[in-house]
Amino acid sequence: MASTDPRFEDLLRELAPQVLGVLARRFGDFATAEDAVQEALLAAATQWPAEGVPANPRGWLIQVGYRRMIELVRGEQARRRREDLVARRDPDDRQYAPAADEELTAERDDTLVLLMLCCHPALAPASAVALTLRAVGGLSTAEIARAFLVPEATMAQRISRAKQRIRASGLPFRMPEPAERADRLTAVRQVLYLVFTEGHTSTTGPDLRRIDLAVEAIRLTRALHTLLPDDSESAGLLALMLLTEARGPARTGPSGELISLADQDRSRWDATAIAEGVALVTRALPRGPIGPYQVQAAIAALHDEAPSTQQTDWPQILALYQVLERLVGSPVVALNRAVATAMVYGPAAGLAALDALADDPRLAGHHRLPAARAHLHEMAGDREQAVTDFRAAAARTSSVPEQRYLTMRAARLAAEASPPAPEA
Amino acid sequence: MKYMLLMQFSAAGTDFPGIDTWTPQEVQAHIAFMGEVNDKLTAAGEWVDAQGLGGPQQARIVCAGEGGTPVVTEGPFAETKEFLAGFWIIDCDSPQRAVELAAYISTAPGPGGRPLNMPIEVHPVMSAPAQEL
Repeated sequence: MASTDPRFEDLLRELAPQVLGVLARRFGDFATAEDAVQEALLAAATQWPAEGVPANPRGWLIQVGYRRMIELVRGEQARRRREDLVARRDPDDRQYAPAADEELTAERDDTLVLLMLCCHPALAPASAVALTLRAVGGLSTAEIARAFLVPEATMAQRISRAKQRIRASGLPFRMPEPAERADRLTAVRQVLYLVFTEGHTSTTGPDLRRIDLAVEAIRLTRALHTLLPDDSESAGLLALMLLTEARGPARTGPSGELISLADQDRSRWDATAIAEGVALVTRALPRGPIGPYQVQAAIAALHDEAPSTQQTDWPQILALYQVLERLVGSPVVALNRAVATAMVYGPAAGLAALDALADDPRLAGHHRLPAARAHLHEMAGDREQAVTDFRAAAARTSSVPEQRYLTMRAARLAAEASPPAPEA
Repeated sequence: MKYMLLMQFSAAGTDFPGIDTWTPQEVQAHIAFMGEVNDKLTAAGEWVDAQGLGGPQQARIVCAGEGGTPVVTEGPFAETKEFLAGFWIIDCDSPQRAVELAAYISTAPGPGGRPLNMPIEVHPVMSAPAQEL
């Protein structure tokens, strides 16, 4: 978006999925409607700052998008005719453009339909993420490309392939059948969480024009929660994001170095976000059905509410990890449970739990296992083993800030283990 | 996930004559293939960057000397048995896909149009998001 005025940006991003829903329904063609909406957004971003926001911004966007849609469909039909193909669509009976004040689908919000379409399991995760950010988030291809540090042409191609895939699969633009909804909603949450975790990618150099993916993920998840207020797992996901993001200001030091939970300055955590996250998860949990995002949010809430690592309710966190393990049998969850076990019963018990994971092929070569082991050996006072494990973990991570953190940790312990320098 | 694919030639790992001894048609076919690689990567939404590098004759080794002044060693480096001919940076969905693409690049045609099957190194780029530790 060309506009640098955040007011326009927020408004346009909020309206983008609504306008797209109207056009996709009218023409029965999501892929083309998506292009038309992008052009309408661009027109608004260039015209509104000069001319002011129209009285009915949504109607304005629908009109511009509609006109562009007609052109795109006609152009495509002409092309198809040239190629001697039978045109599948005939917009002739829709030649009139809607009036700006026409209540096309007045109270309808298609955001959920769009989310389900863009997060369809047929799409690779990276494609679903890109398409969701553009079609539902109202971001431009350039912004998405910058956020993922790839060239714009590459991102454009990724999005266009994802749209072709949706078109080829003949997915209708409507809510999936009730039987399918739960699975599709699970896919939507996974894509949104993926956007959120990508938000913690380290940037090389400050890029002020880079979209904050964590903020975008929270915005979209908030929209999901607004549309489905009774869906406890979506509430749990929003809570988890808020409770994690709340620690953001304290997670990194002045030169971008990671600061572990134990060492963070808790006064810098975002109290407002914590309060909202806690309220969300507190409401969601008893309502059920319980799901992995709610449990993770509950764990995050216990961390966020604790005044220090020592005064954290570790027994409760351990119990929650046991619940989480029953819900999703992932080795990373088992690994976190082992760390919580150490906090409750001491490092030896935690290390014994980690030993049970040593041969899990899903963790082979993963840095999290040696990293967890290193922390527990350090807890147990076994410096030498901790140094070895921290170094092993540093060699395996593919995140620069994590690598630096693990390397520093090993270096500090190794320095402590060597004969102390005389006091200055 | 981003990966860097390195086209590294070494005396030990390559058993074909240098490109300067090929016929024009063989060179042309090789160049065309490399162009195709980039087109395919772009079409798949996986292309981030790709560059060919100057040969060992053009390479320099630089160290800081006294007071930080550069001390330059000119190529070709008799002691270096391998040189970096070029690289790709790709952004793909899985490590398997990176391996698949590296194998495809390895089939670049050489003398007689036969695949070179040259070694391609696959390096993960440190681009993973940091998790709470």
